Amino acid sequence: MQKLYYILIAILLGFSWGCESDEEFMNKPPNQILTVEQAFSDPAQVLSILANLYSRQFSYYRLNDWATFGDFNEAFYAHTQGVTNEFHTNTTWPFGGIRNFWTTWDYTYIRELNLFLERIETSSITEDLKTRYAAEAKYLRAAYYLELAQFYGGVPIILESQSYDFSGDPSYLQIPRSTEAEIYDFIIEEAESLKTILPADATSKSRATKGAALAMKARAAIYAASLAKYNNSITPSVSLSGGEVGIPTGRAEEYYNTALEASKEIIEGTAGSYSLYMKNPTNLSENFAALFYDKNANPEVIFADDYLLKYRTHYFTGANQPRFGAEEEEGGALNPSLNLVQEFELLDNTFAPIPTTDENGDPIYYESQLDIFANRDARLAGTVILPGSNFKSRPVDIWAGYQLANGTVISGNDRGDQRILPGKTIEQQVVGFDGPVEGAVQNAQMGFYLRKYVDPAPGSGQRGIQSEIWKIKYRYSEILLIAAEAAFELGQPDISANYLNMVRERAGFTIPLKGSDISLDRIVHERRVEFAFEGLYFMDLKRFRIAHRIFDGVSMTKENLLSGIGKATKRSTMPWGLWPYRIYNPGSENDGKWIYKEYLSKQVTGADNWQLGNYYSNISNEILNNNPKLVRQPLQ
Amino acid sequence: MKNKFNYILLFLLGISFMSCEKDNYEPPKSPLTGRVIYQGTPLYLQPNRVSYELFQDGFGKSGPISGTFTADGNYSQLLFNGTYKMIIREGQGPFLWGESVDNLKSEEIIHVNGATEMDIEVLPYWMIINPNISFSEGKVTGTFGLEQIIDGANAKSIESVTLYLSKTVFANSDTNVATNSIGGSDISDFSNINLSVNVPTLTPSQNYIFASIGVKIVGVEDMIFSEVQKINL
Repeated sequence: MQKLYYILIAILLGFSWGCESDEEFMNKPPNQILTVEQAFSDPAQVLSILANLYSRQFSYYRLNDWATFGDFNEAFYAHTQGVTNEFHTNTTWPFGGIRNFWTTWDYTYIRELNLFLERIETSSITEDLKTRYAAEAKYLRAAYYLELAQFYGGVPIILESQSYDFSGDPSYLQIPRSTEAEIYDFIIEEAESLKTILPADATSKSRATKGAALAMKARAAIYAASLAKYNNSITPSVSLSGGEVGIPTGRAEEYYNTALEASKEIIEGTAGSYSLYMKNPTNLSENFAALFYDKNANPEVIFADDYLLKYRTHYFTGANQPRFGAEEEEGGALNPSLNLVQEFELLDNTFAPIPTTDENGDPIYYESQLDIFANRDARLAGTVILPGSNFKSRPVDIWAGYQLANGTVISGNDRGDQRILPGKTIEQQVVGFDGPVEGAVQNAQMGFYLRKYVDPAPGSGQRGIQSEIWKIKYRYSEILLIAAEAAFELGQPDISANYLNMVRERAGFTIPLKGSDISLDRIVHERRVEFAFEGLYFMDLKRFRIAHRIFDGVSMTKENLLSGIGKATKRSTMPWGLWPYRIYNPGSENDGKWIYKEYLSKQVTGADNWQLGNYYSNISNEILNNNPKLVRQPLQ
Repeated sequence: MKNKFNYILLFLLGISFMSCEKDNYEPPKSPLTGRVIYQGTPLYLQPNRVSYELFQDGFGKSGPISGTFTADGNYSQLLFNGTYKMIIREGQGPFLWGESVDNLKSEEIIHVNGATEMDIEVLPYWMIINPNISFSEGKVTGTFGLEQIIDGANAKSIESVTLYLSKTVFANSDTNVATNSIGGSDISDFSNINLSVNVPTLTPSQNYIFASIGVKIVGVEDMIFSEVQKINL
């Protein structure tokens, strides 16, 4: 027995002999790492590096982080109690936003884009491909600088990969912030030069095209223009002496012209044929909702951050789907607020609160739940899941309880709770399976669910499958509204009305606005309802310098809520809800009808107060320490 | 026997792994305190809004110790002994920093050695004088005057004056249950201003309430307040 062991060990030791000479072994090329020359020698390799750079595009609103979509009381956070408190008990925002949502300082990404641009120069792929790929990388770089500019104002513009020489003095690597005007000028110039290189191909959505470059130019120019115009007149203290924040007022007109010119180029079709999405003209609400999930030859999308099932998916639908009968036992994270819902106009171009009571203050009784929203902007039902409507072909069940003849309300403590109604002997359901239930999480606590970007495809709300809806970065409608805004600011109200009416017609408005109807309130309002939950409202709050007037720190009463609808500076410091109740009054004509009540959740305790320092995101102390040439943001 | 000896060895070895005093720093022990004053009169502010920074140079990266003033205008930090630089950034607070308009400060050097107290002498744009808050017949009434301290080129006018009622000692624009305000242009006599507001129903009920008067100055974000008063209902 012992002998056998010795033999076995002897055999084992025999195997431990080296088989190759050391020199040969050490010089073996690695089979998991490519050298720079190898990586840039093959077109497919270069494309895959570029794809990595595309996948790292930054967006303030990101579908893989649903919480970025709901701030500013446009929605109520009903995900968990902790999240609700995080967003609704604060009275102000930190300078980097709640959860640091307003920050990004990814100069690693910029360095890698710069390295890509330098390395592709020496690549052995064809010249055509080189030019195209380099242009796409430049587009991504300019797009990231635009994101930085919107958060921070002027930032260091670095256009080459920097390397440290280990001399002990890193000061040559420390670049000061550009002025706010310079960063926008850089983006505009870059877009201008890229538009001739990038293909004019309206069918390419997820790679940079001429349309995307022009759209970026238009957006950068209109932002710069409004900052130049409104900062000095409304918030002159928000500026830095070096111009890192604050664009001279005199430049506004020039920027408005640039914005109008760039958007006209797209509208006139030089970048390919884009148009408003209109595949379903018979149901404009469905049409508007489909605009965001239809990825098949969508004529409105100019550029999007794309997703693909099995490879790159997000759980936005899972987080926000109607809770009852959902594909997972979760959903309803964001509930659009009444503040936003009532901003959708009546079809006769007037603003009015959602009619809950008549002129005597008595409740209005509705036959069906949807009646109260009749004759409104079609985008309302396309953006929000209203009580009484459907999602994935099944009705949502949103109602807060039964109201008896004497005004008492019978309701439950959880979704779909049962109670015995007066005169009955058995329990029956007294509250909707989708809520609203105060205090219970993940239900329609405002009386609404989110519809925009929520995917109707089967499986989209399942953790194992998820959704492949893309995040639209630029769409044709934004170009029209940029043109409308620029024309208005340049004193051409008729042209402005014309562009505005194109967008409004798609929303179901039949009476066109006249030039004399156009005001800044109109422009701001149109953008708020058209681009709700797309990330543009945050930038509008800042660039029109209206945030500190909307969020003035004063608690919002029902009178505040219902007055001044359609005004750009209307107070919106707390999210209000709208709760439907069913009438229980056997024998009366109102039995089984619906009434609605405005409702302020008890969980909303903070009235938001925008500090002037919030207009620019905080540059953290760590960044300031690493580069002493950076100046701090104003009023922080 | 041999086994036992091994255990003892292991035990002794374990003891040698124990940390010793030397690894640990002494915590900072010197309190630096003070408050914002104008000619000896304390100023009342919105809590957590007016910020200051303390720097200590000479230790590598120079990040600030940031803090904010309390509602009473107090500040406090626990520090090591040494020399610090205090900075109140431009635009912070309803005041200019310094003792006169010709001699404004942008930083202040503070030598901390043991418990150190240093008040911050500032020039508020306006001061609330003789604030008197009283309660009768379900109403809280504030009577006070306003005095302009900074005139000349840096003068700023009043945007609005507000009386705040709150269930807690924080009676300001963040936390309140009832307010009443008057616009700066509607004030006819700055030496005698009256504001009153009805006490709302309090849930849960309490038999006292706190009140304070806040002044908002045009172009200045931070407000100036009167001392919070507790009123028995």
